[in-house]
Amino acid sequence: MDGGATLDLALVNLTSPPLLAFVLGLVAAGLRADIRLPEAVYQATSMYLLLAIGIKGGVALRDTEASDVVGPIAITVVLGLVIPVAAFWLLRWWTRLDRVNRGAMAAHYGSTSLVTFTAALVFLEGAGIAFEGYVTTLLTVLEIPGIIVGLMLALGGAASNAGSRPHWGETLREVILGRSVLLLLGGLVLGWATGPVGYARIEPFFGGIFTGVLTLFLLEMGLLAGQQWRAVAQAGPGLVAFALVFPVMAGTLGVAAGLAVGMGVGGAMALGTLCASASYIAAPAATRLALPDANPGVTLLSSLGMTFPFNLIVGIPLYFAIAQFLSRWI
Amino acid sequence: MTARGRIVCITIVAEALLERRIVDDLARCGAQGWTAMVGHGHGPGHHGVSGFEGGNVRIETLVGPDTAKRIWAILEQEYFPRYAVTAWEYDASVARTSRYDGTAGGD
Repeated sequence: MDGGATLDLALVNLTSPPLLAFVLGLVAAGLRADIRLPEAVYQATSMYLLLAIGIKGGVALRDTEASDVVGPIAITVVLGLVIPVAAFWLLRWWTRLDRVNRGAMAAHYGSTSLVTFTAALVFLEGAGIAFEGYVTTLLTVLEIPGIIVGLMLALGGAASNAGSRPHWGETLREVILGRSVLLLLGGLVLGWATGPVGYARIEPFFGGIFTGVLTLFLLEMGLLAGQQWRAVAQAGPGLVAFALVFPVMAGTLGVAAGLAVGMGVGGAMALGTLCASASYIAAPAATRLALPDANPGVTLLSSLGMTFPFNLIVGIPLYFAIAQFLSRWI
Repeated sequence: MTARGRIVCITIVAEALLERRIVDDLARCGAQGWTAMVGHGHGPGHHGVSGFEGGNVRIETLVGPDTAKRIWAILEQEYFPRYAVTAWEYDASVARTSRYDGTAGGD
């Protein structure tokens, strides 16, 4: 695929219904219009997406040889440890954030964004580009380690939490038994167990209307991301630079790592997108519980307000182009 | 008509993800029960985190004065310095006071 075709794909991405709905949400936030989904609908939509992605990934996992997935899982665990450490140290040079806030940021950037990942898969499917069926397994693998590493970096030697009770048990419970991991993992097992025959019976609900539900969810996410922008003036150039540059660095690392363990261009791009994305569901809850002194306004502004829109609009086609470019050498 | 007695009603509004921790602390302080409701709003400690993840939770509990003191102590020590938490109390007139102040035999 040449550069022109990649540009065409980028334009198709820009005019896809989910992305246009996201932009509508951003505009609505700018106009202070109240088009938020009712809380219960938001929660149900989020659960639907997690379960649908999990089930679909589980069905695809049946066609995967165990030996094919060992390398990608191992490299994903390594990425889950390396990325938050890199984020933590880069933030030290680029921003004036203290240790606790840098750790909270590291937890967000070490973990992943389901919706960014989903948008990447929709991009690949729309372009007819194949990707490995086990990529959803990598999403599940990458959810947890980054959060734990980030929390450990924040708490390592930190005196700011002295006096408050450590809540590691509660935090780990939130990370492991929270909606994200449980529904993704449960969906993977469910999809793997039921296989293509069982999936065919639920496909109209979990496959047929999936992009429509994603469109609705991204309208809400656009609104929430746009609401964060009101605080962007307080961010400082270092945080803005981090939110926009670090995803490209982590994404390139993820793409290269994926190609190095034998993944195709589509799969490596999906892994790169996972590495580039920042969590805004599991990590905020975990850091709020474990790091009450961290400022959630900073982490949400960065992960949800800047990195998330950047990845959706620019990042996804960019990581695909990087995957195509690097695949000539790796 | 059932006789009424005086009891303290404490209301706590907090980030929803703190619900489990707060109700555990209420039980540790001696509260016999609570009612929790989801909600949304804005306050001086607002930071946006509960704007998209579960909103706020409003927890109400009826307790005796000694339990109320223990609850206020833990709120001041653990929650007020770190989280967007609001709490208030008022005297309530309730039937079957012993159900709330810990003197009931249990039912």
